[in-house]
Amino acid sequence: MAQLSLKLFKGVNGFTLDIAWEMENELVVLFGFSGAGKSMTLNFLAGLARAERGFIRLGNSILFDSSRDIFVPPQKRAIGYVFQDLALFPHMTVRQNISYGAFGLHGDERKERVDEMMDMLHLQRFGEKYPSEISGGQKQRVALARVLVRKPEMLLLDEPFTALDISLRLEMQKLLIELRTKFSIPVILVTHDLYEAYTMADRIIVYSEGNIAQEGTPYDIFHTPVSPDVKALVDNKIILNERIFSQSIRQKINA
Amino acid sequence: MEESTMLFSLRLSLQVASVATLFIVVIGVVLGYLLAGRNFRGRELLDVLITLPLVLPPTVTGYYLIVLFGRNGIIGGRIYAWTGWSIMFTWYAAALASFIVALPLMIKTSRAALESVDRNLINASYTLGYSELQTVFRIILPLSKKGILAGTVLSFARAIGEFGATLMLSGNIPGKTDTMPLAIYSAASNGEWSKAHLMVGLLTLFSGTLLYVANRYGGRKHGTIIS
Repeated sequence: MAQLSLKLFKGVNGFTLDIAWEMENELVVLFGFSGAGKSMTLNFLAGLARAERGFIRLGNSILFDSSRDIFVPPQKRAIGYVFQDLALFPHMTVRQNISYGAFGLHGDERKERVDEMMDMLHLQRFGEKYPSEISGGQKQRVALARVLVRKPEMLLLDEPFTALDISLRLEMQKLLIELRTKFSIPVILVTHDLYEAYTMADRIIVYSEGNIAQEGTPYDIFHTPVSPDVKALVDNKIILNERIFSQSIRQKINA
Repeated sequence: MEESTMLFSLRLSLQVASVATLFIVVIGVVLGYLLAGRNFRGRELLDVLITLPLVLPPTVTGYYLIVLFGRNGIIGGRIYAWTGWSIMFTWYAAALASFIVALPLMIKTSRAALESVDRNLINASYTLGYSELQTVFRIILPLSKKGILAGTVLSFARAIGEFGATLMLSGNIPGKTDTMPLAIYSAASNGEWSKAHLMVGLLTLFSGTLLYVANRYGGRKHGTIIS
């Protein structure tokens, strides 16, 4: 039985999402053009929106099942969701933001866990600063710390690195790979960045207009696209240099 | 003698406006939140109803309040039958009139402030485990502080200046219900110009200072809503 399995159907204003897939404790990249239903899938997983039909099962718990009228609210799902704009609370310091994520923990335990996360993500120096006073990369780390502090059962990342420049992006990608080994949970990364998809993913699921066009290893997807849609997505001039580039990323990551 | 009646009016006005504002803040923010949030049946109607006192002549609002709370009123009649007490011609009536007339200002400003809080921040709070009520107190209200404070000051200023509905409901009884605006009206009618000048000056200075303070210190301390 897979760690996460889902089947979702929803029709809104002429757009139809109709997908079903499974994953283990691995990193899956949802890849595709904007408006293909990737972020919508994340919202369904987080419980921020409700599909018309289908189910979501994470581990042994059913988070959603339309046939049995089960819908677990977002508060009860223990899913870490890093939003595209990060959604840091502007009226709270870095430490307060991370501590806010430690829901249900109290006193020393809470403080210890927050300290642990701040150490892990190299944020100790910025604890008393406000989000408006730190850099983009630091904000990313705060957002990650805030969702990881509660030890979530799954991690959702909606294009979290889009706003960063390339060197910072590589640094964050390296960090995410480090974190994956510490937290053995399903990680779902939404991106439409080719390099990110290729270098980060254990598996890629290609979305196209609300359906799954292809799923497989990065190698499969990039080398044997099954449809013109997928080919259009991966067939980018820059991909010619893809091996060289991904090698250099892997070197950086391993360094 | 003149000074002491003026001081009485000043104190009464502050008392009436403070009590009215206290209720306005609590009820105004709750109604503002309800109107800002989900769609529900009768939302448009509720919006119109609570905005009406802003556009109706205060005498009309006062008339409705008499119909509702007067000794023979729909609610007031029952209270009178039960307790022998009526709110009419007491300072409570002045507070009630100020409350109804100034409430829309609070609802409008707090609703706008509450609606301006980034939806993602609210969703983030939900996914981090916090209920709607916890999210209201820890995320939405702190981020709407500026608007709520502005609404509070505006409502207080409006409440302290309330005249028409107050006159209808609590009358203009010297030493009992004559708030500053009513005392000014009496002074002007009686040709007591020096007294009127003083009170008009005082009220203008007071309200002006309130608005200045709201503008000057109402700003959020850190950053913008979207970081």
